Amino acid sequence: MSVTRQLVIGVGNLERGDDAAGRIALERLRGRVAADVELIEASGEVTALLAAIQGATAAYLIDACTSGAAPGTVYRLDAATSPWPRALRSYSTHGLGVAEALELARALGTLPGHCIVYAIEGASFELGAPLSDPVRAQIDALVTRLAAEIAP
Amino acid sequence: MTNRTIKIDSLARVEGEGALKLVIRNGTVASAELNIFEPPRFFEALLRGRAYTEAPDITARICGICPVAYQMSAVHAMENALGASVTGPLRDLRRLLYCGEWIESHALHITMLHAPDFLGYESAIEMARDHGDAVRRGLALKKAGNEIMAALAGREIHPINVRVGGFYRAPRQHEIAALAERLKWAREAALETVRWTAGFDFPDRERDYTFVALKHPDEYPFNEGRIVSSRGLDITAAEYETHFEETHVERSTALHSRLRDGGAYLTGPLARYSLNFERLSPLAREAARAAGLGPTCTNPYRSIVVRAVEVLYACDEALGIIERYEEPDTAAVSLEPRAATGFAATEAPRGLLYHRYRLDADGSIAEARIVPPTSQNQATIEEDLRSFVGGFLHLPQSTLRNRCEQTVRNYDPCISCSTHFLQLQMVQA
Repeated sequence: MSVTRQLVIGVGNLERGDDAAGRIALERLRGRVAADVELIEASGEVTALLAAIQGATAAYLIDACTSGAAPGTVYRLDAATSPWPRALRSYSTHGLGVAEALELARALGTLPGHCIVYAIEGASFELGAPLSDPVRAQIDALVTRLAAEIAP
Repeated sequence: MTNRTIKIDSLARVEGEGALKLVIRNGTVASAELNIFEPPRFFEALLRGRAYTEAPDITARICGICPVAYQMSAVHAMENALGASVTGPLRDLRRLLYCGEWIESHALHITMLHAPDFLGYESAIEMARDHGDAVRRGLALKKAGNEIMAALAGREIHPINVRVGGFYRAPRQHEIAALAERLKWAREAALETVRWTAGFDFPDRERDYTFVALKHPDEYPFNEGRIVSSRGLDITAAEYETHFEETHVERSTALHSRLRDGGAYLTGPLARYSLNFERLSPLAREAARAAGLGPTCTNPYRSIVVRAVEVLYACDEALGIIERYEEPDTAAVSLEPRAATGFAATEAPRGLLYHRYRLDADGSIAEARIVPPTSQNQATIEEDLRSFVGGFLHLPQSTLRNRCEQTVRNYDPCISCSTHFLQLQMVQA
């Protein structure tokens, strides 16, 4: 039997409004997935993300994004089968973020065979701001959907 | 008359959105405006009223890439205010922590952000397909830096173990010793990186910069030293604001730092190297010479090689500290709050990071002032663009655009980490 390693990575910055969505969703996922599923907090920094997903059989990432859609819109992307859409950049304070980490992993041959990204459209990324209402309203639905997907 | 606007992957909402506007008139660059940095005013306000002990943790959140620099400038400024000094193994641990940050920050910039400019790729992703080994080496180097930070600081990003006076918990001997093996590999990888970058093709451009960096009698500077310049300035951090000023620039939210009597200056690897070459380890000096660098470097495009030399030095220095490390008797020196003002400048990967705090008698922060390296370099980056880009105007548009970005990235500015941030507007009038 092959060893499986499943992980969920919540990406974001708790100090910057809706950029916290991925991290908050990760917290709410605690206790709702099997104990052997690793839950990892990440800032979105590219090399930390690359290191985190390396060797995983299945990786799920949760991040905030800015695509121009209505705030609170949730996307589910299958990164293992298709490249990241250019229009759907994740929000990152340092340029290289989730999209770049996954494309880099693909180029280096270290992308997990199963790799799903949940991205939620943010409204505000101001320093010190709380979650916006549209994002707050959708986070629990996102968590429930992801928990159901991870459960065998 | 033609007016053209070229935008590069503009992002709707990014921190201090990168924007560069060049006006070209009659074949020369008439003006260059760069707006890349959101100064940490939010944090200066946030710090007011908080206890002096909270400053390292709060300021560490300013930057995910260089939290150690913010912590170090904060703790040194507080210790300066409260009349304490940290010596022996605790001082060494701070240098070791800074080594970790330099390694990881420089490795990221060299490999993932700057090298693609020299090798003709849009990004590290395209570069990774043809130069997988170099990218893997850069990533592993960065990881070696991360491991130092994790061992000393508890976490790689936003480290939590640093406190005013020392650390919350001093690492055990075996925890420090465990870093050596990876760092010996890292030192070899850094040497390879120096050789790799030395082989790039560098635009033949030099300027007579005013370099500003810390200088210490015995060490290549991280935490301590006097602030010196290549034009004879030699001051303590307490005198910084007497000699430097930040001014608002019209049509921009950016602040530019200038010497009150000398205009723009350059801080960061090029300045550190040129003012402290003799303080590098023999291995780093030798590698620099073999890479074609002299004891000073005034070609900003070669900053990528200088960064690689600094990574090599940081690996070397870290290994020395690890070898002599003995667990300290106490993890932190004790401090008594008092009404006082404290000043410090330390060498962040990108250059001088200045902090000043005024404390009330109970140790709460009455006023905080933070001047990051990127705002200090902003005026010099614009001057580089004005002096260099005129000579590149014959290049095809896309090459020219890339050359502008490369010129900005020479400084590893905090926010314009990648093309994805830089919104370039070229007006040909």
